[in-house]
Amino acid sequence: MNVVTPAAALTAKDFATDQEVRWCPGCGDYAILKAVQKTLADENVSIEKTVFVSGIGCAARFPYYMNTYGFHTIHGRAPSFATGIKLANPELDVWVVSGDGDSLSIGGNHLMHLLRRNTNVQYLLFNNEIYGLTKGQYSPTSRVGTLSPSTPRGSVEQPVSAASLALGAGGRFIARSIDNMQKHLTPVLQRAHRHIGTSFVEIFQNCIVYNDGAFTGFTAKESAANNQLHLEHGKPMIFGKEGSRGIRIKPNSLELEAVTVGDKGFAESDILIHDETNRVLATMLAAMEPPNMPVALGVLYCDPKPTHEQALQDNHAMAAAPGNIHDLGKLLKSGETWTVSA
Amino acid sequence: MSASNSAIQVSGDDHPREQLESAVVRFAGDSGDGMQLTGGQFTLATALSGNDLATFPDFPAEIRAPVGTTFGVSSFQINFGARTIKTSGDAFDVLIAMNPAALKVEIDNLKPGGMLVVDTGSFNERNLRKAGYEKNPLEDTSLDKFKLTTLDISKMTIEAVSEFGLSNKEALRCKNLWTLGYVYWIFGRDREPTVKWLKQKFAKRTDIAGANIAALNAGHALGETSEAADGFQGFTINPAKIEPGLYRTVTGAEALTWGMVAGANLAGLKMQFCSYPITPASQVLHYMSRMPENGVSTFQAEDEIAAVCAAIGASWAGSLGVTSSSGPGVALKGEAIGLAVGAEIPLVILNVQRAGPSTGLPTKTEQSDLFQAVYGRNADSPLAVLAASSPADCFATAIEAVRIAVKYMTPVILLSDGYIGNASEPWKIPDIESITPFPVKHETNPEGFHPFKRDNKTLARAWAIPGTPEMQHRIGGIERNYNSGHISYEPENHQKMTDTRAAKIAGIANDIPLQTVDSGPSKGRIAVLGWGSTYGPINRAVSALLEEGHEVAHIHLRHIMPLPTNLGDLLANYDSVIIPEMNNGQLITIIRDRYLIDAQGVNKVSGQPFKISELVDAIRTRLEK
Repeated sequence: MNVVTPAAALTAKDFATDQEVRWCPGCGDYAILKAVQKTLADENVSIEKTVFVSGIGCAARFPYYMNTYGFHTIHGRAPSFATGIKLANPELDVWVVSGDGDSLSIGGNHLMHLLRRNTNVQYLLFNNEIYGLTKGQYSPTSRVGTLSPSTPRGSVEQPVSAASLALGAGGRFIARSIDNMQKHLTPVLQRAHRHIGTSFVEIFQNCIVYNDGAFTGFTAKESAANNQLHLEHGKPMIFGKEGSRGIRIKPNSLELEAVTVGDKGFAESDILIHDETNRVLATMLAAMEPPNMPVALGVLYCDPKPTHEQALQDNHAMAAAPGNIHDLGKLLKSGETWTVSA
Repeated sequence: MSASNSAIQVSGDDHPREQLESAVVRFAGDSGDGMQLTGGQFTLATALSGNDLATFPDFPAEIRAPVGTTFGVSSFQINFGARTIKTSGDAFDVLIAMNPAALKVEIDNLKPGGMLVVDTGSFNERNLRKAGYEKNPLEDTSLDKFKLTTLDISKMTIEAVSEFGLSNKEALRCKNLWTLGYVYWIFGRDREPTVKWLKQKFAKRTDIAGANIAALNAGHALGETSEAADGFQGFTINPAKIEPGLYRTVTGAEALTWGMVAGANLAGLKMQFCSYPITPASQVLHYMSRMPENGVSTFQAEDEIAAVCAAIGASWAGSLGVTSSSGPGVALKGEAIGLAVGAEIPLVILNVQRAGPSTGLPTKTEQSDLFQAVYGRNADSPLAVLAASSPADCFATAIEAVRIAVKYMTPVILLSDGYIGNASEPWKIPDIESITPFPVKHETNPEGFHPFKRDNKTLARAWAIPGTPEMQHRIGGIERNYNSGHISYEPENHQKMTDTRAAKIAGIANDIPLQTVDSGPSKGRIAVLGWGSTYGPINRAVSALLEEGHEVAHIHLRHIMPLPTNLGDLLANYDSVIIPEMNNGQLITIIRDRYLIDAQGVNKVSGQPFKISELVDAIRTRLEK
């Protein structure tokens, strides 16, 4: 969204409430809260036009900690409430905050339809690959074999890839970041805020109690560089400690592969340039995962199209042309009527 | 036919007709035969000729059930007369059977001596077999007690439309208009409105329009030319004594839509209508979607839950959120309605009830969602429940639903049903300028504001909407502190909030009209207490018993939750209370619970409305005790 009002410079503190934050000490949500508050201040948004909507889960407590308008709704349905809010008042700057269970289990249907309609909201999916608030059961993003109270011998279900699902549903803005990477997360949130349409951001978030270290394979200091690909539109897909690793299309296939520039004859010219308007490329980037490939972070895909609410407004305006009657009193008297005389 | 002077022929006319006080006509045919359209046109022509009327469209759930089968029969019933008409009638005076299946399904409800018109062209061996006839009933004595008129409608239709060069299939589609023309002749109806309608409907296919008009005229002409031969000259029914004014016909779905729009206008709010298709409620969605000029934004959501949630979101953001469904869909909406109860957000839920449980009989009527409306959510979650009693009554009931929702910041469930939704009746068009508006004032004053600050009188919380400066607040499903709206897990606070929510809904009783007696004495032997679409049959049954001199009264509820404050005292004025319902006994449980009276039920769950005679018999049995 893009509601910007010229006002005295805001700071992150202007967005904090007097409510005690009740996430577990060390939870990744704190860092995300801080990044969102900073982003809103940087964007100099209108506080009264900013709305946070959530469903159920740890992430869903988010609105209580934002000094904006907020609606903590029911499990999985935040996209539907957000849709109603935007239809009633398209001027509002609406953020949906959700978790992997809320978004991809109980609310999967609504997320899919929000994305295909392209309602102009920011959708933040805190993915911690576990159910936190219900005390640690496996979630739809948990990896096979996850030990949890409801899977004492390990989970057997294939996890869903949030970004792939969002792309498949027709999302026009798909981005990824990590909870404690403030310098990466804040610009991603800013891009999401400025994109007009549903901006889908998956944030890898560490649950310190029930799934601690789930992402250390690519977030730990020693492994980050070799396992994260930071995407930038128009820039080559280079990563790795020495900046020598790159992504290329494997010849005679529709697959990506990670190669080392200078090794086996690979040159810089072999490395793909990121084009965030390329949906097919985004689909392949979303599917990359360690150990063979790095995790793609940043804006995977951005290709705006008209929003749901705009299309609806245009549609209503179009229908106004002939025949329709504005005055209900006149409408009731139109068509076949007859008069009964005294 | 309740013939007032059935022996007297109207004189001074070259074609004297038999005069009737009222008649019940049933059009029955295959799903694809266009019986609903035929009935709709006959309704309009009848209304225009000044009769009072009520209709009952009765059709299968299948869009195109296998041709010629009994379960594919689609029927349209109309009761019209020179007197006040309150129901679509019990037994038929005239039955039009377009095929053997229609005859099989409907013949038992044709009065002895009633007029039976059949299309012999469809009575072939194949159709007879599909309908389950071993031999052709037109050729034995089984129909002797009726006044049988056999016409080869199929053949005569094809002949009538031959000049338009239609395919045989297209030509046969004009059968219903031929039949309509013939029935127009029977009752002396004007064809002109139907001709006008056909020209409009088929403006782009002038051949189809022309063929249908030719068929209509041919059916009419057959009546005129054949009358001398068998001595039947048709019927005439004088105009009814109707309150002067401007009228139109209206179905429940139309009146519900327009009533909601009127309500939103009176509240000064835009309406956000969010729904998901479900029989028999989809008509409301269709009508709403035509009304952006009247401040309605329509959203067809991905499911029932999304629909109600979007409506709640829209209300929170300052519009009037409205959702519609039928029982199974309302079940899915339950959790979200509970949020609207707890977060105290205005919302109107329209339930066009159908027979259940589960999918049940989607196109058949029932009033068995009363428990669901009153009790059907988790925890203590009171809300207001209203019920419309007829198609036209949907208009005023809808306005009342909006008034309560916005004044008390509460969800309101408005119960209609499949019968009311599809049936039509003449409606004196209200002067909407004369209805007192109830404009909503959103809270804008930050001084001492919190989202659960209440109006001392109504107990409604302040409705401040996003976008208002310095009014930022957070609400949600977790219990809210009485004094701040913040999350609260305090035991005393939950008690207080639960009590307050209950008191708020109970208090609505002081803001609704006292219960009146619809007909009959204000004290006496029996009160017949009804709600919803049983209004018509109860009214007629009680009228009949009053004419016989019995002490019977009819009391009909619009407000069910909360009930009018005087209802208990009113019911105590009668020796006994009878509660007819199209369910297994729901209002009766509420009434017994509330007033500790030994009310007796009359219950019917066949998917069909009550017949007047069924209620007369049931009440008479109690009178004789």
